[in-house]
Amino acid sequence: MDAISRLFGTLLGVLLFSGLLNQAAVAGPHIQSWTTPNGARVLFVAAPDLPMVDVRVVFDAGSARDGAAAGLADMTNKLLNDGAGPWDADQIAQRLEEVGAQLGLGSERDMAWVSVRTLTEADALARSIETLATILAQPNFESDDFERTRKSMQTALRLGEQQPGTVAKRAFYRSLFGDHPYAIPSDGTQASLSAITRDQVREFHRRYYVAGNALIAIVGAVSRAQAEQLADRLTAGLSPGQPAAELPQVDQLLKMDQQWLQFPSSQSHILMGQPGMQRGDPDYFVLYVGNHILGGSGLVSQLSEEVREKRGLSYSVYSYFAPMRRNGPFLVGAQTQNSKVQEAIDVMLATLKRYIEQGPTEAELVAAKQDITGGFPLRIASNDKIVEYLAMIGFYRLPLDYLDKFVERVNAVTREQIHSTFQRRLNLDRFVTVVVGNGKTAQPEG
Amino acid sequence: MRSILTTAAMLLLLPAVSVAAVHEYRLENGLKVIVKEDHRAPIVVSQVWYKVGASYEPGGLTGISHALEHMMFKGTHSLAPGEFSRIIAANGGEENAFTGRDYTAYHQTLAADRLEIAFKLEADRMRNLTLAAEEFAKEIEVVKEERRLRTEDKPTALTYEQLSAVAYRSLPYAHPVIGWMADLENMTIDDLAHWYRLWYAPNNAVLVVVGDVQPAQVLALAKQYFGPLSPEEIPQQKPRSEPRQQGVTRVKVRAPAREPYLIVGFKTPMVGASDEAWEPYALEMLASVLDGGGSARFTKNLVRGREVAVSAGAGYSAFTRLPGMFLVDGTPAPGREIAALETALLEEIGKVKRDLVDESDMERIRTQLVAGKVYELDSVFEQALQIGQLEAMNMDWRLAEEYVERIKQVTPEQVRIVANKYLIDDNMTVAVLDPLPLGDAVGAEAQRSGNGRHQ
Repeated sequence: MDAISRLFGTLLGVLLFSGLLNQAAVAGPHIQSWTTPNGARVLFVAAPDLPMVDVRVVFDAGSARDGAAAGLADMTNKLLNDGAGPWDADQIAQRLEEVGAQLGLGSERDMAWVSVRTLTEADALARSIETLATILAQPNFESDDFERTRKSMQTALRLGEQQPGTVAKRAFYRSLFGDHPYAIPSDGTQASLSAITRDQVREFHRRYYVAGNALIAIVGAVSRAQAEQLADRLTAGLSPGQPAAELPQVDQLLKMDQQWLQFPSSQSHILMGQPGMQRGDPDYFVLYVGNHILGGSGLVSQLSEEVREKRGLSYSVYSYFAPMRRNGPFLVGAQTQNSKVQEAIDVMLATLKRYIEQGPTEAELVAAKQDITGGFPLRIASNDKIVEYLAMIGFYRLPLDYLDKFVERVNAVTREQIHSTFQRRLNLDRFVTVVVGNGKTAQPEG
Repeated sequence: MRSILTTAAMLLLLPAVSVAAVHEYRLENGLKVIVKEDHRAPIVVSQVWYKVGASYEPGGLTGISHALEHMMFKGTHSLAPGEFSRIIAANGGEENAFTGRDYTAYHQTLAADRLEIAFKLEADRMRNLTLAAEEFAKEIEVVKEERRLRTEDKPTALTYEQLSAVAYRSLPYAHPVIGWMADLENMTIDDLAHWYRLWYAPNNAVLVVVGDVQPAQVLALAKQYFGPLSPEEIPQQKPRSEPRQQGVTRVKVRAPAREPYLIVGFKTPMVGASDEAWEPYALEMLASVLDGGGSARFTKNLVRGREVAVSAGAGYSAFTRLPGMFLVDGTPAPGREIAALETALLEEIGKVKRDLVDESDMERIRTQLVAGKVYELDSVFEQALQIGQLEAMNMDWRLAEEYVERIKQVTPEQVRIVANKYLIDDNMTVAVLDPLPLGDAVGAEAQRSGNGRHQ
């Protein structure tokens, strides 16, 4: 026992001295950037070790652009690979899968994207890029595919309705964002999906899937010259177009909003929060590091300590800022058996309140910095992760040295900054709280 | 469509990138150590695999392997509860653990120069866990919340749980990994202490390290930290086999839901216990023919084509400790009955039983597999997972290296043979989710409006 204690004494000594990485280890990958002849921006990192390349094309074409047609951005994105140029959905899938390429599509509130991962072998690469270029520029939006996708999205909505967590998330976003486009549910509603027309989809694609509204991220075993050719080919069929219009700012909430939704589940899902911060926010690193201590660091966060470790109330408890083009949500969440829902809410609120009032201790801040900076090499250890970073940096027009400066910015955060910034930006009197479950206290909506 | 020559050229790429040598050692106390170098990034993943999981559990103690996994973060004789995670976090590490039917694994990913920290901590908790009653009292509540989250309130997960429970008459794969709620209610700290003593020892574990490391140094560190641990007498598992089923088994699951769901399981053999060595690989090929992407038959014919499903899938794993199942599942398209979906899925299987799969389909699947092996190298975690999973089931890690070659040898005729031999009524269990009303709150969301916001 004594021997082991000493062993860990030594270990802790090691920790104190290894808290800071040497400078060579904290630089990000070398990012090259340019614009294609028709106006698409490109971010590229050469990764020569594996014979593969990841390409991600991102458009400012998320559900914030849906207008009255909730689900339009998602539907447009989903239809891209259902038929394009001379090929139908079967042929597109076959063309890619025959060379081992993997296609990905998706959309959220800010962005819509199409990605491909392929081997760099000449035939595979050429086939993948040609297919991707065609999907982006010449989708057919055939009526059969359109109707099938509509039905499939309506079924997906119904599947979401049987999950209390999904029901809670929808209610939370609606309450948090009010009249802002971020309140639009990305996957639509039954009524909005029924009303969307093919013409709307065509028009959405014509307006937003254009070079001037696109960002291309490339990571892989290709040269700069090859990457330029690849980006040119990808965008060759896109019209230059215009960037999407500026989104309005998100208003702060004026008062508290609480919703208790009845659901026949054994747990109650709790979500609370308010509009948080945006990408490039001057408070970004202060809020990021501050939240890491509060609820962003898994089992060692304050929320996890109070809700899970001390009281066994929840398997998953967390908080995060989701920075978007405009202020995305600050969200605190947990799930607990129905009879414990009030206790869980009380503990979550007390933890938040104490953190906003007192901020972190110096020891907590040191530990958080060690965690974030010590883990920096993990963030950029694979092509997969780097291409995600490129898409984010490029889409939100963050400086290209974002990763190079990351560790320095994290280390610069002080206790006082966290304390004053959380006080300034979070206000528990104007929080949205959504509870979905079958608790005694659950009330029907009024 | 593709020329054979091009494909052949592509296949040659693989050896060029997968030459990274794997080094294998065994310490005197029986701990197996496997090290794979990958110097692409200055990081390392360390995984400790124990040869115990839900399929080792007797009735009444289901979920105990997973509950013990949770308690492994709750302190040792020299570390307070939660200290393990705090030390890993203070070093910028990512960590977690998972429990399966056939293994329990603990892993950390760290900057490469910090591997020693993972070894110190893992070696400590391999033999010196505290298992305090007051910590267990809280943590079992967390586990019950996890069960509610993952299973009780997820109608499709409930349906899968019921399928497994009724499919197996004898094999412990009938038990859910997380355990039945009643068993969690009755579990005691003494049960866990006993389970820990039985299975947590160096001679029942495999240490896998992949990353920017030198094998000799990893071995020296492993000797330093794991070497002093004493081995245990590990219980012998009785051989288990499933009695013949003799007819279709059906189960209906009534739970609050909006959409019905269907899952079908056919009992199948695994690598190392099949009549012919190629059978499990032919079953893997069959799963890919049905569900190997957007151009595979289920999506092409049932989701598009006939539009009978909004989604349909097939899955099979050749590598399990005991015989598992070939699974087929789906959600019907609006207006289509669950019975029509079942018929359509079985018709697709019927086609594979009748007609040989086209060479072009076989070729596409092989190419996807070869490419997938290259993509896997983008992640040190994935590489370690492949090695650890096999070794924890007492299979040779080299099976993962040979996998592509084995699959390439599968013929269309062999795919037809395994479909006719195993995907039959006498091996079949069908579970159907029959939705009960959710209540009206869910549909009421559209009416809700208004909050205190500036306009």
